[in-house]
Amino acid sequence: MSEETSALPAYIPPKARSLFEPHRLFLMAVFLVIVFCAICFMRWDWLPRYGGRLAYGVWQTLLMLFCTAGIGFLLAVPIGLVQVTGPWPLAWLARIFCTIIRGTPLLLQLWLLYYGLGSLFSQYPEIRSSFLWPYLRQAWPYGFTALMISFAAYEGEVMRGAFAGVPRGELEAARAFGMSRFTMFRRIWLPRAVHRALPTLAGETVLQLKSTPLVATITVIDVYAVISRVRQDTFLTYEPLLLLALIYLCLTGILVAGFRLLENRIPARGA
Amino acid sequence: MPSGLELLSLSPPGWGGVLLAGLMASLQLAVGGYLLGLVIGIGGACGKLYGGPILRDLLEVYTTLIRAVPELVLILLLYYAGTDAVNQILLLLGFATVDISGLAAGIFVIGVVQGAYSTEVLRGAIKAVPAGQIEAARAYGMPPLLALRRVILPAMLPYAIPGLSNLWLIATKDTALLAVVGFSELTLVTRQAAGSTKAYMTFYLAAGVLYLLVTLMSNIVIGFIERHARRGMPRTV
Repeated sequence: MSEETSALPAYIPPKARSLFEPHRLFLMAVFLVIVFCAICFMRWDWLPRYGGRLAYGVWQTLLMLFCTAGIGFLLAVPIGLVQVTGPWPLAWLARIFCTIIRGTPLLLQLWLLYYGLGSLFSQYPEIRSSFLWPYLRQAWPYGFTALMISFAAYEGEVMRGAFAGVPRGELEAARAFGMSRFTMFRRIWLPRAVHRALPTLAGETVLQLKSTPLVATITVIDVYAVISRVRQDTFLTYEPLLLLALIYLCLTGILVAGFRLLENRIPARGA
Repeated sequence: MPSGLELLSLSPPGWGGVLLAGLMASLQLAVGGYLLGLVIGIGGACGKLYGGPILRDLLEVYTTLIRAVPELVLILLLYYAGTDAVNQILLLLGFATVDISGLAAGIFVIGVVQGAYSTEVLRGAIKAVPAGQIEAARAYGMPPLLALRRVILPAMLPYAIPGLSNLWLIATKDTALLAVVGFSELTLVTRQAAGSTKAYMTFYLAAGVLYLLVTLMSNIVIGFIERHARRGMPRTV
């Protein structure tokens, strides 16, 4: 029998690697060369002219993201809660709402609200003469509503799991202390559920950031719309899109880092 | 002005047939993109787990970049860049440029995006397979591809199915984004039908129902597949 019957190496789990191994330095050098080529050989002369508008677009995107995520989360808490403990008609209603919103594309919901509801509203003179009409005539309320509903549905499903996953013993302990139902919810159930849902919440918020450019298709001005404008003005295909990808990359990085900071602030038993 | 149901009838005065053709285009895109993504995912997961240091780092960059940039932006970039690149290569090789069909470009785009997500899903699933099973396959002298086909893929399937079914549902909804680059799938067709008849609510609601039907039917099929893949495993609550 020869000694070398099997030359296959066993699976070695990857070690924690340092940033400055030789192959990484090589990859970084290649990356720097690519960035350098992109700066030298592509056209970036339009950048100073659109700087202010780009900053405004980023601000609009972030405003849209945080407002819809905040209000969407406030809606998601009752949606998740009634599915765990509510009376069955409400639980069914919440489940049907989640299924419908999660089962159809956001772009379709957006266009349904903007074109569908928008055209319906304009047929009724009562609405046209009401004080709401100046707002309903603009695009952003529709984009805002669609993003908010979508976030509420996805996050409601997450909160349902989080509420159901809080150990019963903790709730029973709260009741044994004589807490009323609402105090128990406020002091124990909600904080524990939010803590459990925080990693998923971070992921959902990144997904929400990646959905915000869709509102540009209904003429809301966000950073994506500004870049589209640049592309129309300068007839450049790649440069504005690459810059846009870079902007979203930075925003995602900041968002993920922020959520990690938040997660680390909550003391957890280390394993 | 015809009423709502007449507008949805299948024959030409109604737009039902057009909507169904759009749905078929969407499904083709979703199935093609999903399968391409699965192939990329299997390769990427194996590369991340067993590949050399450079391959591992490159795959990490690929999954991070794709998952951090909005799908809409990726679709615009890849749709133009992909068709451009193919034509440049053809020119370099001395062939005439070709018009790449929207379907092929769309499948490529959805596949590349899905590939990043399914790489992560499959990597997690392969890591969940007890190491002894894979070592046993190696001990029997199976070459890597045979071990992949006979042991790793079937054993990781139960762990991968929840993530993969989620990805399928995302793929069906991501096809709607191709409406922005002018590929006539269900959402764009709906917009055209709604625009030319002014019956916006009717058509958008009808398209919503079609998407919802696809999702609900997928859920039923996924349930069957999951039961099949989990047979013989301890029941989880």
